[in-house]
Amino acid sequence: MNNDKKCYLGEMPSANPIIYHKEKCIGCNRCVNICQVDLFIPNPEKGKPPIVLYPGECWYCGCCVMECPIEGAITLRHPLMNQVHWVEKDKLIKNKEEK
Amino acid sequence: MNNIEWPYPLEWDSEERIDTDVLVLGGGIAGCMAAIAAARKGQQVVLIEKGATKRSGAGGSGCDHWESAATNPCSKVTPEEITLAMLDDNQGYNNGISHYIECKEGYDRLLDIEKMGGKIRDTKNEFAGAQFRDEDTKLMFAYDYENKFTLRIWGSTFKPAMYDELRRLGVKIYDRVMVTSLLMEGGKQGGRCIGATGMHTRTGKFFIFRGKASIMCMSRPARIWLFSADLPGLCEFRPTQCIGDGHAMGWRAGAEFTMMEKSVGAEFSASGRSYPPYGAGNNHNTWYGTSLIDSEGKEIPYADRDGNLLNNVSDRFKPSKGQKFFMKGGSIDYPKYEIEGPETLSFAKMIEAGYKLPFYADLSKLPELERKVIWGMMIGEEGKTKVPIYKNYKDAGFDPEKHVIQCYGTGWTSADFLPQERQLFGLPGGFMNDWTLGTNLKGLYVAGDSLFASNCYGHAATTGYYAGRHGAEYAAANTLTEIDATQVEQEKNRIYAPIRNEPHNSIGWKELNAAISKTMQNYCGEIKRDELLNIGLLRLKEYEKKVIPNTFAYNPHELTRLLEVFDILEVSQLIVHSCLARKSSAKPLCFYRGDEKEQDQEKENKFITIKQKSQKIEIGGKPLDYFGNLKENYENHNKDYIRRCKDEQ
Repeated sequence: MNNDKKCYLGEMPSANPIIYHKEKCIGCNRCVNICQVDLFIPNPEKGKPPIVLYPGECWYCGCCVMECPIEGAITLRHPLMNQVHWVEKDKLIKNKEEK
Repeated sequence: MNNIEWPYPLEWDSEERIDTDVLVLGGGIAGCMAAIAAARKGQQVVLIEKGATKRSGAGGSGCDHWESAATNPCSKVTPEEITLAMLDDNQGYNNGISHYIECKEGYDRLLDIEKMGGKIRDTKNEFAGAQFRDEDTKLMFAYDYENKFTLRIWGSTFKPAMYDELRRLGVKIYDRVMVTSLLMEGGKQGGRCIGATGMHTRTGKFFIFRGKASIMCMSRPARIWLFSADLPGLCEFRPTQCIGDGHAMGWRAGAEFTMMEKSVGAEFSASGRSYPPYGAGNNHNTWYGTSLIDSEGKEIPYADRDGNLLNNVSDRFKPSKGQKFFMKGGSIDYPKYEIEGPETLSFAKMIEAGYKLPFYADLSKLPELERKVIWGMMIGEEGKTKVPIYKNYKDAGFDPEKHVIQCYGTGWTSADFLPQERQLFGLPGGFMNDWTLGTNLKGLYVAGDSLFASNCYGHAATTGYYAGRHGAEYAAANTLTEIDATQVEQEKNRIYAPIRNEPHNSIGWKELNAAISKTMQNYCGEIKRDELLNIGLLRLKEYEKKVIPNTFAYNPHELTRLLEVFDILEVSQLIVHSCLARKSSAKPLCFYRGDEKEQDQEKENKFITIKQKSQKIEIGGKPLDYFGNLKENYENHNKDYIRRCKDEQ
């Protein structure tokens, strides 16, 4: 929470497709160089995670994750509205029996 | 964001000139294979790609099946049989030449890609004993297990393998360069193509490429009707930056197009309306053969084309009684009886019979290898599935033996759409081609999604290689030509104009794209009428004359997006002109008129062609069977290739 009684200019994007895990990312910029849409720019601070400059343009192909040398450094996340639902099949059958 | 300085050097004012024998425009599947073919013919090759060739294009992240490889050793159908079925299925409105090439050379290319390092067979014996696997060759088949002409492939390995091969062959790759125009001899529309201009998408640098032959390998148009300013990357099925630049620059250069009046009701993505491709419950394409259940766990039966219920899972992969083969895959939406495959009973029938919504895809009761091949091989190797579907669902706890995935639309569309939400999908229009995959513009060849009636991975790879071969022959017999300085100057003025404007009173790429899409939905929607089409054209012209001069882009990336929207505007006009040219409805083109005169129908049963010459639009026609005898013409145009294949055997 922001406790310093200040707030800042900003606007949350409609999607946050690429999440960098700072403790794992080595800032090698392989994701920057593989992305065919060119969403990213390298971080001005060397060794830090790239900046996702154009999140709305993401095509969700996952090549940034496929190219990343560190397991778990990048998470690709579909926008909330595109997250698919699944259920346990046994529960469907149980629900029917309870009816 | 605006106070962060652009991280790349700005080179708006600098220019680089590159000469080569063969120029390949676009580095997707078709472009890579074109460049490989031309380089193998001893030509110097330059490949220009807007993204990063190693993973660029619709097939960059992968592909799970390769259709119509009719010459593979297990196939029981011939290239002629499949091509004729494809033609018949679309009442002739299909590309006989390119699909014959696909059927004839698909297996050659698979072997080629295997040599480059791509995986095309079950070398680790993970699926030994499966009904879909040939035990001798270890090839694995999808859909029709008896006729074995569509292969399951490990397509995520393909693009990197092609990329290595390009470098091994010494192809000069220009990544992050957007091709902006075709250079024509004497700057004349309709003349000979002698090169192309480009702009670096990070630095803004200008490029002038000269080639003796050029091969157009760019995408089909997109974002014509569908746009979301918030999530432009989710608007369409193809990658964000694949919007049909090639069609636009071809149209400006005087290339001939056909079937551009065809559009289909949106099936995929559609500005975020649908769910991730291959990620929601369905039983088509990648998921073919999956069981569907209702929300009480009751299974929806499969039936053959005659309505006979199929009791065993294995029957889902067999032709009906008396049927030679059936077709499934990319764009076989409403197949004719002759090639219709097994399918779950219709949605309407299920509702009538009291099945409860929503439906779910259920892998749990499939034989183990069928489940494993869908979840883990197909989902994993198909484009956009390895990370966003397979990995992410697994990480979130999805277990295919326990969980069932919800269906959202009434079929594989995974959503329902409005009739005016249209797409260029299911064999859309494109460049007209001859038997060399040459165009009406001398020196310009065409492959993959640039071709009319293109569809899948195998089509892109085979036509790419074929066009590369023929382009290389043309290059070997021709010389480089002096470029027209005026054309280059005009192009520079065109592409850099927006950076000279001011942001506060200008229009950006998203605002313009949204306006175009709304215009197309309004005036060129599902039912066409001349009066509306003509007004639509006026609106689009207005955007061209009054809005384009007032656009602005902050940096080379935004300028690239803006130039793409200029191309979308160009293609939209080509589409409206093509719609105006066809006066009667044509079901195989999904083209419906509200103002037709019946007598036109018979007369118009042909490919309507359209091109610009001296800035005037010329409408022409070609008979639906203009390609003649498939086998004879193929053999006449490919004597060297056939001889070399025989020698290699």
